[in-house]
Amino acid sequence: MSLLDYLLPYDFSPLTVLSYMLVMGFYGVGLIRMPDQDRPGSLRIFAFTLGVLICYAVMQTRFDYYAQYMFFVHRGQHLILHHIGPILIALSNPLPVMRFWFEKIRPGWRRALRPLGWVYQVLQQPFIALFLFVGLIYFWLWPSIHFDAMLSRELYWVMNWSMLLDGLLFWWLIFDPRPPAITSSLGYGRRMLVLAAAGVLQMFLGAWIVFSRDMVYDVYEVCGRAWPLDPEVDQLLGGMLTYIPPAMMSILGILLMLRRAMHQDGKYTNQSKQLEETAS
Amino acid sequence: MRTRFWRQRTNIISATLTLIASLLLTGCFGNDEEDWNGKNISGLMPELEFDLINSQGKSVSGDDYSGRVRMLFFGFTSCPDVCPTALQKLNQVTSGLDPELQDEVLTLFVSVDPKRDTPERLAKYVDFFGDNIVGLTGKEPQLRELAKRYRTTFGYDEPDADGNYAVSHSSAIYVFDREGNPRLLMRPDLSGEEIRHDLAALIQEDA
Repeated sequence: MSLLDYLLPYDFSPLTVLSYMLVMGFYGVGLIRMPDQDRPGSLRIFAFTLGVLICYAVMQTRFDYYAQYMFFVHRGQHLILHHIGPILIALSNPLPVMRFWFEKIRPGWRRALRPLGWVYQVLQQPFIALFLFVGLIYFWLWPSIHFDAMLSRELYWVMNWSMLLDGLLFWWLIFDPRPPAITSSLGYGRRMLVLAAAGVLQMFLGAWIVFSRDMVYDVYEVCGRAWPLDPEVDQLLGGMLTYIPPAMMSILGILLMLRRAMHQDGKYTNQSKQLEETAS
Repeated sequence: MRTRFWRQRTNIISATLTLIASLLLTGCFGNDEEDWNGKNISGLMPELEFDLINSQGKSVSGDDYSGRVRMLFFGFTSCPDVCPTALQKLNQVTSGLDPELQDEVLTLFVSVDPKRDTPERLAKYVDFFGDNIVGLTGKEPQLRELAKRYRTTFGYDEPDADGNYAVSHSSAIYVFDREGNPRLLMRPDLSGEEIRHDLAALIQEDA
């Protein structure tokens, strides 16, 4: 197989390629056109591009072939779509670029888009966000549903896209750079609680897969593996990818939030006191 | 103001969402009317279609065998255990059916090892497993296309000193009804009796 075969999609999805092109296109053009003082630094641009690229790579290159026929590669794919990719994108804080484009939208259109904002606000309620984040992992890993999702091309695409979109929502809620003291973003304490709960719930599932003696996900057995790997090893590796990295990411997220909370301690309290005084 | 509005309704909204999610879940676990032993794959996969050559070396498509219940199975003739066991089982299953039902079923054995499995070799192999079986093969891209269509794959091991190599392939049997709609996926560990029950039900359903 040539290099090109590895880079070209296994299962070409025009909608997916188009979506990624639009995202990168809007990001790039936004960067060039926006005022210099708003433009994110090169590290942030790099983080955003890397996040988008790795998500694209696991969906539209040869990687997707191995993800369809190996359980542990599939778990790696979801680790990137639901965790690492969205984390990089959220940490890169693309808000200035989004704001730049939002201001370009005509007021009439903005009013029409408002229901989308309401849906967004509902989805970003901490309890709902947590429920969706963990619930989707459990849902797609439910053995009978997982079996169907791997058999049906349509379900497979719904699965991967739902993981990516929910990953973006969740990690944006967690890493929202706007300080909660003066904006409507979620408070740091709640962010940490959500992260801890998500971590523990994922560990339960991961541990269950790792310590299962039976074959839980036999679709790979029935439909053939990409190469002859011992099924138990495949399941064990997949279980570990569900178990350990997500738990570590929850802890890293909590540490990052603690750091932010400590940095901002007292920074905004005086300001908000002043605001209250002037208001009264 | 708006945040307070949402905060007050969080509990109601999340309760509703939980309810909807659990309803969706139970919907997915519901059984269909017929009690299949195989896994019901209606709607999960595309209808039967292929572009291959048969054991006489003629090119054939899915329409050439329409009107019968078809069982699609991937394998290769040098296969040491999985394929002979499965084909033997399918032969027993079909010959155990009522005589008038026997001709309503056809096994399509697709060899994914075209390098070694010439049409002649394939013909000799499938004849060994009864009358209601057809051997099919094709060029590797054609076979890849078919495998991809049914969400499966195959691969070749490194050849040993004598040039023999193992081929990994799907162990499932895909069952299509007379119209070519995907209906059931049989795991290899089903008994002949269980497979026969499902086949008889499929044949009689739209006869």
